[in-house]
Amino acid sequence: MSNKEWPLWEVFIRAKQGLNHKHVGSLHAADVKMAIENARDVYTRRMEGVSIWVVESKNLHASEPSEQEEFFDPANDKIYRHPTFYILPEELNHM
Amino acid sequence: MADKDLLYNYTLHLADNSMILGQRCGEWCGHGPVLEQDIALTNIALDLIGEARSLYQLAASLKGGTATEDTVAFLRDVLAYRNVLLVEQPNTDWAYTIVRQFFYDVFHFYLHSELMNSSEERLKNIATKTIKEVTYHLKWSSEWMIRLGDGTDLSREKMQDAVNGLWEFTGELFMSSAIEQKAFEAGFAPDLNILKPLWQEKVEDVLAESTLFIPEKNYQQKGGKTGVHSEHMGFILADMQFLQRAYPGANW
Amino acid sequence: MEINLEEAFQKRIDEEIKIEPRDWMPEKYRKTLLRQISQHAHSEIVGMLPEGNWITRAPNLRRKVALLAKVQDEAGHGLYLYSAAETLGMTRDEMLAELHSGKAKYSSIFNYPTLTWADMGAIGWLVDGAAIMNQVPLCRASYGPYARAMVRVCKEESFHQRQGYEIMLTLCQGTPEQKAMAQDALNRWWWPSMMMFGPNDDNSPNSAQSTKWKIKRFSNDELRQKFVDVSVPQAEILGITIPDADLKWNEARGHYDFGVINWDEFNQVVAGNGPCNKQRLKARVDAWENGAWVREAAVAYAEKREKRKQNTENTNAA
Repeated sequence: MSNKEWPLWEVFIRAKQGLNHKHVGSLHAADVKMAIENARDVYTRRMEGVSIWVVESKNLHASEPSEQEEFFDPANDKIYRHPTFYILPEELNHM
Repeated sequence: MADKDLLYNYTLHLADNSMILGQRCGEWCGHGPVLEQDIALTNIALDLIGEARSLYQLAASLKGGTATEDTVAFLRDVLAYRNVLLVEQPNTDWAYTIVRQFFYDVFHFYLHSELMNSSEERLKNIATKTIKEVTYHLKWSSEWMIRLGDGTDLSREKMQDAVNGLWEFTGELFMSSAIEQKAFEAGFAPDLNILKPLWQEKVEDVLAESTLFIPEKNYQQKGGKTGVHSEHMGFILADMQFLQRAYPGANW
Repeated sequence: MEINLEEAFQKRIDEEIKIEPRDWMPEKYRKTLLRQISQHAHSEIVGMLPEGNWITRAPNLRRKVALLAKVQDEAGHGLYLYSAAETLGMTRDEMLAELHSGKAKYSSIFNYPTLTWADMGAIGWLVDGAAIMNQVPLCRASYGPYARAMVRVCKEESFHQRQGYEIMLTLCQGTPEQKAMAQDALNRWWWPSMMMFGPNDDNSPNSAQSTKWKIKRFSNDELRQKFVDVSVPQAEILGITIPDADLKWNEARGHYDFGVINWDEFNQVVAGNGPCNKQRLKARVDAWENGAWVREAAVAYAEKREKRKQNTENTNAA
């Protein structure tokens, strides 16, 4: 007997129209149809969603934690990308 | 408005089917082949019992007096239960469970598609809610039919065995009881003769895709609708009604 | 190098920065978590059995759907926890193999039998109550996937204890027989629930390290005390008696004093000699073995379909 485990899938749920899909967890399923249905049965029992994405975990690629500093720290001092960097007169109100 | 007694008795046909199948599905909880499917089947059990509750509540309101969903569900003995033999068949294994579910889901789907047009407003409302649930059940069980029928040699063998074992309980779905016949004539229930070819066609399609066959032996059992059940039914009720019977009148 | 990594790791923990799956972590941290999370997951799915017992016998339809939904939630919680543990490099099947072989443990409480309907009440009230006390702090555990799974678990768990207490309340307001049933269930479940918090602090060798790693936030005895303190007034509302002659309010401590736990019984149950250990494990092994053909067939079908799809694509391309 073969003893192959069902592949692992990552599940993303859109909580309501207008919101992004958000990662909620993972599950096992033999194929994509089953993965979507399992996601429905496992992760939306309490009205948590209106739309489901699944992706097989092995197809998900991630940045390296060891590269965190060179990846993300350089953004820290680019304050000119933020609106508060610019000094404008009070009477201008909302800009 | 429909004749009260007739509507009451017809409602029991619908309610008892879903109740008993829900009870059977509930037996799986904690014992499924994989966690995800344990959860899926429990969702189906909850839908079925939820539907049964709506129907028992309707029945209780028709009966009046001190009747509640629970007195209707728990205080009738086996002869007064009107469900078909199919739904009381034991779980046996995942193959029997899926095939039983599939045969019933197809029927359940077409039944409620028709009940959505019932002249009886309360049945119509229940059907409008139920149809969404049943559509999903049917998708789920059809996919499992195909997956296991067309899976491994072993799974095909088990599925064919289950089809052979359960086929003789499918005919009863379309044999009108006197109550169903009257309900049809009164205009609030569908003609089962119309449902039959729809059921047959869908079942044949899915069985074909599952590489499974309808057994040649075609004798059809009947009796559930008139209270002449299989021996299994007594045990189902013994479990289900134990506390209500052991402590009459108690609140839980 | 290794020492620096470990220091940096501890510094992150101290700063309450969560550890995520691909971050560096000490091997012992990984192993500790894996053991704890998988045990927790096993407890959820074994925990389905004593209550699952009563699904077909629930006394009315409202109770039946609530119980079904509750036991189903436990399957879900097991699933979330297995998923969290899988991020640490062990598959669910590997974890299950350890459960089935008897190598992995699960919470001892589930090795006690459920004899009456009141046990559904007592389990919800006491066992879930104790579980929640253990679990709420875990929502802040240092390992991200564990903490996130626990947030989900705790959110769902909140109805469990209420449904249990409501069962107890209904029984206690019912006939004398029903009230006796509730008292009996409290008698049988109280001490096993107390044991759920684990050995006394001076007897809990791994606690210090787990606390340092912020996997554990409160000691076993702290949580146990808290459990006693909230349970006493709850029992008073029900009008039933906690089976502990030494239970009394200690004004000076601001807590209830309570009797000594029978650790011998606890150790026996952990060692496999509880009333239902064999039965519970057998039920899990049977479910797994009876489901093997189903799981295999689903994979076989998925592969077949994939192959057919590729063949069609090749044909179309040619």
